[in-house]
Amino acid sequence: MQTAFTREAYGEEIVKLGEENPDIVVLEADISSSTKTCYFAKAFPERFFNVGVAEQNEAIVAAGLASTGLIPFLSTYAVFATMRACEQVRTFICYPNLNVKIAVSHGGITPCTDGVTHQATEDLAIMRVMPNMTVIAPTDYNMTKAVVRAAAAHYGPVYIRLTRDALPIIYEENISFEIGKAIKLYDGNDLTIISTGDMTYTAIKAVKLLKKEGIAAALVDMPTIKPIDEEMVIKEAKYSGAIVTVEDHQIIGGLGSAVSEVLSENYPIPLKRIGIRDTFAESGEFELLLDKYGLSAAHIVEAAKKVIRMKK
Amino acid sequence: MKTNNDKKEIQEDRKEIIDSLKKIANKLRIDVIDMIYNAGSGHPGGSLSAADIITVLYFHFLNIDPKNPQWADRDRFIMSKGHACPIWYAALAEKGYFDKSHLGTLRKINSILQGHPDMKKTPGIDMTTGSLGNGLGVGVGMALAAKLKGKLYYSYILIGCAEHNEGVLWEAALAAAKFKLDNIIAIIDYNKLQLDGYNDEVMPIEPLAAKWTAFGWNVLQINGHEIDQIINAVETAKNTKGLPTVIIADTIKGKGVSYMEDKCSWHGKAPSKEEYEQAMKELTSC
Repeated sequence: MQTAFTREAYGEEIVKLGEENPDIVVLEADISSSTKTCYFAKAFPERFFNVGVAEQNEAIVAAGLASTGLIPFLSTYAVFATMRACEQVRTFICYPNLNVKIAVSHGGITPCTDGVTHQATEDLAIMRVMPNMTVIAPTDYNMTKAVVRAAAAHYGPVYIRLTRDALPIIYEENISFEIGKAIKLYDGNDLTIISTGDMTYTAIKAVKLLKKEGIAAALVDMPTIKPIDEEMVIKEAKYSGAIVTVEDHQIIGGLGSAVSEVLSENYPIPLKRIGIRDTFAESGEFELLLDKYGLSAAHIVEAAKKVIRMKK
Repeated sequence: MKTNNDKKEIQEDRKEIIDSLKKIANKLRIDVIDMIYNAGSGHPGGSLSAADIITVLYFHFLNIDPKNPQWADRDRFIMSKGHACPIWYAALAEKGYFDKSHLGTLRKINSILQGHPDMKKTPGIDMTTGSLGNGLGVGVGMALAAKLKGKLYYSYILIGCAEHNEGVLWEAALAAAKFKLDNIIAIIDYNKLQLDGYNDEVMPIEPLAAKWTAFGWNVLQINGHEIDQIINAVETAKNTKGLPTVIIADTIKGKGVSYMEDKCSWHGKAPSKEEYEQAMKELTSC
């Protein structure tokens, strides 16, 4: 399986956008070689602002830039943008609905060996609760390019969650991406798996394992956590009658919660959530962490069987 | 060569300007007390300490157009100490950004005048504020945008002394110096009081001028109630190139209302009917 870095895709695409639009500016908090904004820094030094290790200030400087009509992309790691600078994002970006894009690396447990301080397993919940915020976790390298482009074209704050580790390439080059639209990857009527971001590849593995056992699982890739694709969730609920959500995030507040909310209010059916179960992870290899914390393909298969049994 | 007569004329013009600004400042103080009394809550102390600074900026310096609040080339003003917004609203109404009748709606439902400034609700407000320590960083963003786009506007940021307790203020101070933002003019409303007491008791911030100097800023120190000193300092700041300027303006919290002066208890409460009448008596006799 060919893999590539989503943060690399961001670094490359933001340079292209910078060529097309002189109002695109980039803010960085001292990790440009990791977030890949270093490419933009080289191409457009006058439009690149490194504020040092100061994420709170980074967010408000972005707000000030956006208030004049510029389109700032703010980069750092997910933990710092969403928690260190949480209130600045809320009060100075979301509240005035300013056109700031928060494109961060190291989402989920992908900074696996770095340990808990650098793993962001609460970020989707925190960003999702903020009014005016759009939340997207791209699935692979090719989708990331389309997401970055769509975010720039959309007016308002957007949170783009990228990953430290390279991800398997699932989508073709130049895929079309629309904010708020899910993508159905596999059809099946026994249950529907809804996954997001870096977990979609593991979900594909689970679909294949289930198939071997004679279970037809549909798979919906849900890169946009907010606004969630309600239409797709309800359609799948009616079609397969059981759902398993899969995310590299706490089971509280992220994709699983968003899907539960749609189901509870519209078409209640059995649901199981795969994610970190209200605990902190630890340092370790990514696949081993997935095994230990209940996010592996085998765990998805197990949840799928349980949720099918819950169907009336 | 200026003749003695010319000099005399300039001095007289200047005196006229100062007298007129003093009158406006007093009018705005009256509006502040009116608004907070009507609202039943709000922050009189910090509004009154900033009254003279706000007056000089809005009625002498700011290059703005109340008919076109979103004019791209306008000077920016950020009230980092957002709780002092009654004095800002009074100034904006006086400039004609909105009708004065709105002042009576402060803090009430459906009002364009929120308890803390909201750029999407109030014409003339360049940035939402209220969470302390953040105005300077926003100003850095606005000033960087000006440099990038070749615009000549200044970004003025009014900062309260207690905001120096917030770490993010110092992050922004570092950034303004790094980017050599001589189009930023920060003004400290240095009334020495915060909600729980004097700065020295709650969290000492002295030596304040030395701190800003150490952070790479041009530092000016003035009396923030002397109109001519405020004018001179802002003029000096505008002529300073290559680094940002901070004007540390010594002020008195509650300035203009005797029983509010230098009292932290007047940080965030409305006057009673008797207190309101007393304040009005003092301000209207000025």
